Amino acid sequence: MLPHEEHEGSRLDTPAPEEAEQEPRIPAQVQGMHSGLDVNATASEPDTNRAPKMSAREVSVFYGDKQALKNVSINIHDDRVTAFIGPSGCGKSTFLRCLNRMNDTIPSARVTGQIELDNEDINSTAMDVVQLRARVGMVFQKPNPFPKSIFENVAYGPRIHGLAQSKPDLEQIVEKSLKRAGLWEEVKDRLQESGTALSGGQQQRLCIARAIAVDPEVILMDEPCSALDPIATAKIEELIHELRGRYAIAIVTHNMQQAARVSQRTAFFHLGEMVEYGKTSEIFTNPHERRTQDYITGRYG
Amino acid sequence: MSLTLALAAILAVAAVVGWHGFSRAARLRTATRLHSLPSYHGAYAALWAAIPALLLLAAWSPMQSRLVDRAVLSSPEGRSLPAFDMQRESILSEAREIAYGQREQGFNPESSTLAPRIRAEESRFALMGGAAAILLALLAGAFALRRTKPEFRARRGVERWLMILLLAASLIAILTTLGILLSLMFESLRFFNLYPVGSFLFGTEWSPQTAIRADQAGSSGAFGSIPLLWGTFFIGAIIAMIVAVPLGLMSAIFLTQYAHPRVRSWLKPILEILAGVPTVVYGYFAALTVAPVVRDFGLAIGVSSASSESALAAGLVMGIMIIPFISSMADDSIAAVPQAMRDGSLAMGATKSETIRKVVLPAALPGVIGGVLLAVSRAIGETMIVVMAAGLAANLTANPFASVTTVTTQIVQLLTGDQEFDSAKTLAAFALGLALFLITLVLNLIALHVVRKYQEQYE
Repeated sequence: MLPHEEHEGSRLDTPAPEEAEQEPRIPAQVQGMHSGLDVNATASEPDTNRAPKMSAREVSVFYGDKQALKNVSINIHDDRVTAFIGPSGCGKSTFLRCLNRMNDTIPSARVTGQIELDNEDINSTAMDVVQLRARVGMVFQKPNPFPKSIFENVAYGPRIHGLAQSKPDLEQIVEKSLKRAGLWEEVKDRLQESGTALSGGQQQRLCIARAIAVDPEVILMDEPCSALDPIATAKIEELIHELRGRYAIAIVTHNMQQAARVSQRTAFFHLGEMVEYGKTSEIFTNPHERRTQDYITGRYG
Repeated sequence: MSLTLALAAILAVAAVVGWHGFSRAARLRTATRLHSLPSYHGAYAALWAAIPALLLLAAWSPMQSRLVDRAVLSSPEGRSLPAFDMQRESILSEAREIAYGQREQGFNPESSTLAPRIRAEESRFALMGGAAAILLALLAGAFALRRTKPEFRARRGVERWLMILLLAASLIAILTTLGILLSLMFESLRFFNLYPVGSFLFGTEWSPQTAIRADQAGSSGAFGSIPLLWGTFFIGAIIAMIVAVPLGLMSAIFLTQYAHPRVRSWLKPILEILAGVPTVVYGYFAALTVAPVVRDFGLAIGVSSASSESALAAGLVMGIMIIPFISSMADDSIAAVPQAMRDGSLAMGATKSETIRKVVLPAALPGVIGGVLLAVSRAIGETMIVVMAAGLAANLTANPFASVTTVTTQIVQLLTGDQEFDSAKTLAAFALGLALFLITLVLNLIALHVVRKYQEQYE
């Protein structure tokens, strides 16, 4: 573990005694979608003594001359959901995009610092960005299904990565992914229809199905519900609960209630800095930093 | 009164009326609150004074020459002219030239006696028209000036006049096109009176040379348009597109997806310069540089019929000419594919080229197809390259090394040189023009439809 993280961990993580307990993970279905809220979330906290899935050290991002992110260090563990909250323009999405090097697609963006996935530097030349993105999937703010059929949308990733040996194999992957994304029942009879013909919430779940079809290790979600209505949002949140444990999930959200509902760890960003990172229950009930307190009580942001 | 004088007078009236309206409103302004600024009152009055009068003048000028002709013919001098149309016309036109001082005297002695008459009638009608226009300017100006009151909404009135002006400007282009179409249809109907429509549309033989004497060889022309349409299609829609579509598309992909912004800022204007090269320059490039190479190549690979005027040479150069067109259309539709869609694919671990092939191009395809259809309609209407490089022989062949001819080439051939304007040969040019017009019209409609449908998708 990195020295910086050690410091953060000692401040925020270790005092929680219940974490040492090897509690069986409660299935999300049983918990219900809203039980993630509040302190009870800690009851399902997994073991944190394992090495983090991803760790960022002193990450800064510049767009041209403007610094959008300042020395952010954070650990993301599998088996839990990490939420990034903060006001608009605070750098939370920028940081999320560093984790699968999507900032590479912006010509003016420059990333410094170190980010590791399973102790491998993702920015090193040894790391193939295409491989990285297959391991670290992403779901975007606005549902962006390809203008192809529902089947082809989900089959896209397995096809380009050669994950299916045969057509039945591919069909099985598509079905499994759609089932995991909770969309199978709604679309199983119209897989050949265009993905863009679905409703917004269905499109977003299609995008999630598309992301998990390549069997990633980490799923990054960039405000996945901000373009959706409350019912569709509830379905996505339920889905996040179900996916937790299978994938490490990092979610950017504007909605603090959402962060409280779905995540076990929360990081608060402000003006390009990561102000505070800790257990969601603590961030929302007993933040250490004044700025966090002000933000979550709605004094700004 | 000459046209220029009348024009100047109307503008002067408008200026005076406008100034009057302005100063009147300005005086009112010191007393009460005006709805519109004095400048609007002035502009309103000036527009009323100028526009109806100018329209009258514009309508009068073409009418004037006819009125003059009629008056001259009904005068004693005119009645003595020969009744035979052509002879009378030639005397009249000579007399007109003398009257305008373009020549001293005509071949026909009558023309010089007619000249003063023409001059007199001309000035009479010009005076009439000019006076009427100026009168209208004054009346309309006075009408507008009477409305200069504090509560009058001159600002709205000016707005309405400007809208009418803009509408007229856009109507001119449309009406002109309509006029061209009507004249094409009229001449084509005359052609179809001489030659059956069915044989024109479906005939496979084209030899427009009609004999002057009945005993000459090839005394009856054949006007089957199929070989010409095939040649046009072969060069413009097949060979040129085989060259232009892949190259244009690939250059658009490079420019939008791969090129560094600095490279793009250099390459794109250079590519667009290609579109500005006069087609006649492409024409002699095709005829003098490409055609011999194509012929030699054809002979080298054993095509004995390889001609120095080949479909391939014309098509290749036309394809090069069309590249910038396709490239910029494809550029637009690729740029219209949302970045979110590209990100979605990249975030799946797709490479850049996979993203382009599997997501960006399929999404941009309708726009690209629309662009290609527009390019085809441009290519088949293109004239200079095929006139210079494609040849005149109307062969119905799929051999790219052979000489074929196109609709546009034949129109040029039919109409250049001394021609009678009522022979089937000349009139055939109009029928060909009409056919070309309709084909490009349909292509453009389909292209617009495809492009519009595509745009709705990402709104």
